[in-house]
Amino acid sequence: MAKFKKKTNVKQDIPTSSMPDVVFMLLFFFMVTTEMRKTSLEVKQQIPKATQLRKLMRKSLVANLYVGEPTKVQQYGKEPKIQADDLFIDTKDIIRWVNEQKAKLDEVERDQLTVSLKVDKDAKRGLIADIETELRKANARKLLYSTLEESDRN
Amino acid sequence: MARSTPEIPNASMADIAFLLLTFFLVTTTIPNNKGLSIALPPPPEANPPDDVKIQERNMFKIQINSSDALLIEGEPREDIRTLKDEIKAFVLNNGKDPSSSDNPEKAIVSFKTDRGTSHKRFIELLDIVQAAYYDIYAEQAGVTNQEFRDAASDLSIPKNKAIYEKGRAGIPLNISIADPTKVGN
Repeated sequence: MAKFKKKTNVKQDIPTSSMPDVVFMLLFFFMVTTEMRKTSLEVKQQIPKATQLRKLMRKSLVANLYVGEPTKVQQYGKEPKIQADDLFIDTKDIIRWVNEQKAKLDEVERDQLTVSLKVDKDAKRGLIADIETELRKANARKLLYSTLEESDRN
Repeated sequence: MARSTPEIPNASMADIAFLLLTFFLVTTTIPNNKGLSIALPPPPEANPPDDVKIQERNMFKIQINSSDALLIEGEPREDIRTLKDEIKAFVLNNGKDPSSSDNPEKAIVSFKTDRGTSHKRFIELLDIVQAAYYDIYAEQAGVTNQEFRDAASDLSIPKNKAIYEKGRAGIPLNISIADPTKVGN
């Protein structure tokens, strides 16, 4: 019988000396590209996709409203709700909320406030239209329907 | 004589870095500041009831009912792949076809939804309408659709503003979104 056992001089260790470098690189990537989550989401958020996206350049001028079915269905029911910062608000509170957001900005920039509506794809138009009516009353007329990027359909 | 060289132990460096990495992975979100941008009309009260008659030919009607079915120019429709080109043809008709728009300034794309229409369907249609308009603008400005949208996102740069104004010249973004009807909820 032939001997199959070969004598090898090849080292079988994976070099680990560069591991800290690799990990640091990853670390810096995440540190630079991400931002801290300020609010904890209390509503379901499955954002719809679209192709014709525009980007908001100045983050300080953006105010977020989250709309969707509450995650705690037991407590809040299944009807989609509006979340602003950390609490649920009613459509009638929107004017007050917009004024609060505007008060945070410099006077010259107040009319440039953009409301970013992050709406769950299963939410209904009725609620969104109510929000839009209130935003019009509050004179916050720049609106962005937040969407994810979809590769072109054609 | 052997002298010991001072060294910082670096065996644990990877562990520390991993710990930090995990922390950042867990606590952060990738910011999403992208979406479909629209401008809302002025508040309802400030608008006097307008008697402006819009001619039928200048309206491109898109209706969506509470079960997300479509009615385009009064016709039920399932296939929406050709819709973008139809809207482009409608806006750029310039009076050629007597049943289509007079000119781009008068052309209006009108949306009518129901309270029960899902947001997903609405975004899908709004996306197509905006695609049609941005294609027209991009062509007029001589750039690609993507380049035009990038330019429109940051108008503080003079070059972008020039592209934006060239593209928009004579063609306003007339998308009308009517109050929803109340069939489904």
